[in-house]
Amino acid sequence: MKYVIIGNSAAGVGAVEGIRQMDRQGEITLVTDEPHHTYSRPLISYLLRGKVTEEKMKYRGDGFYADNHCTLLGNIAATGINAKAKRVALSDGSQLPYDKLLVAAGSSALVPPFEGLDTVQCAHTFMSLDDARRLRDALAPNKNVLIIGAGLIGMKCAEGILGRAAHITALDLAPRVLPSILDDDGAKLVQNHLETKGVEFRLSRSVKSFDSTVAVLDSGEKIGFDILVLAVGVRPNTALLKDIADIDRGIVINEKSETTARDIYAAGDCTQTLDISSGQKKIMALLPNAYMQGECAGINMAGGQKVFDRAIPMNAVGFCGLYTITAGNYAGDVYAGNENGNYKRLFYSDNKLNGYILIGNIDKAGIYTGLIRDRTSLDTIDFALVCEKPGLMAFGKEDRKAKLGGEAG
Amino acid sequence: MKRIYVNEKWCLGCHLCEYYCAFAGTNEKDIARALKDVKISPRIKIEERDGISFAVACRHCREPLCVKGCITGALTIIDGVITVNKDQCVRCYTCILCCPFGAIAPSNDGAVQKCELCVKTNEGDPACVRGCPNGAIVFEERG
Repeated sequence: MKYVIIGNSAAGVGAVEGIRQMDRQGEITLVTDEPHHTYSRPLISYLLRGKVTEEKMKYRGDGFYADNHCTLLGNIAATGINAKAKRVALSDGSQLPYDKLLVAAGSSALVPPFEGLDTVQCAHTFMSLDDARRLRDALAPNKNVLIIGAGLIGMKCAEGILGRAAHITALDLAPRVLPSILDDDGAKLVQNHLETKGVEFRLSRSVKSFDSTVAVLDSGEKIGFDILVLAVGVRPNTALLKDIADIDRGIVINEKSETTARDIYAAGDCTQTLDISSGQKKIMALLPNAYMQGECAGINMAGGQKVFDRAIPMNAVGFCGLYTITAGNYAGDVYAGNENGNYKRLFYSDNKLNGYILIGNIDKAGIYTGLIRDRTSLDTIDFALVCEKPGLMAFGKEDRKAKLGGEAG
Repeated sequence: MKRIYVNEKWCLGCHLCEYYCAFAGTNEKDIARALKDVKISPRIKIEERDGISFAVACRHCREPLCVKGCITGALTIIDGVITVNKDQCVRCYTCILCCPFGAIAPSNDGAVQKCELCVKTNEGDPACVRGCPNGAIVFEERG
């Protein structure tokens, strides 16, 4: 059996580990246009902040490829797929035959067509190790940085470069920071915290045009910068499967990570996934989901039976010591807790927990995540208690017995 | 594989398991002397309310969401035991987000800690099991 995996990040690694649970013999080849050993993409901001070295960014140890008997073709892009002949065309001109193919091609930075962007000399995106290296090399204590986008990528970038630039300004079209994972009040807390650390914000603002080292905003304000970081959003890399498999916003897959094309699977940021907390299909560019989809794909590629059908948006993110954990969607009634300066919001309706936001105290957050993932009926637990204090105590006696004395999950 | 199992019926709520956990691996001889005036940070924790109490520690899941979700590879399964490589942990707390038992928490230095069944202490059965005075925590094979 020949397995080919396009991609070398979380979903690709998950697939290798999934395949090897089932098949120790088959040939596995990973193809990536990056020259690196598999590394953890979210760690690029930690690298700039000096919290990790490039060595420590490795997502799996040095022996990963050898131990799993797989071949890494680095610095080579997959340029096309011939689904009929079951071959992947590579940028070096060669063809790679496969029996089972996984597209785990990830996502790319979305770069909107800003007027005058071509006049900006020092424009960066912040998605890859090479992006981080370039940004690191461009930074200097006398340089001003303008970050377009106050989402997770933009804010982690801001945190990563604090103290390495003269001034950091972050701008977003949305009226709050981290608009996709926080509500207004929670966003205010994170914004205030980052402001005290030296990040300046322009919210509910957009850039009308760029002129070399100046951004002209819709308000007329002009912001000068030396370094521009574009962190507007991500775009799934779907091009390889164009005209081969169904593509909606991302590559369409089922709960077995199968695309609509025979023997072709897809996983991770390039796919769209059903978010069971909202019932909507979404691009969920999140490492845990990518790994689990990749692992699921790998097991199925190798003839096993695996289903990954419990994806929800979920994020754990810290900014200069202020921790935030969020999951699910924020529809329904709200439980609000603000004990000891911590921020807690639980969102529920129709007897189910839909989502939550914790800022500050994040103890046992996974209890809430579990209630969302399992779609637990809230009338079977002590919901008032779990709102106040997440724990297994909120479950009924038999449930507790099963969880602590029964077979491990 | 042998795991820790808890039966709340026998739990006295005495918290000794927490102290034995904190003591495990300290290489000290006397638990009272070692932990006197120390604010302990155990990997097993008692939940208690209205006369009910029970200990919660890592279940060493077969499908561990913490390991699958770990963004750095700091959490791995070694011979069935879910193990933290503290040097690799970047304190992102994605595992705390993932664990449905609430069994992972930051340690005093910020890196996460969790029950590793005392495999690193070479003291045989887990300290909490040996220390529980009422047999409420057992270490056994249950399929």
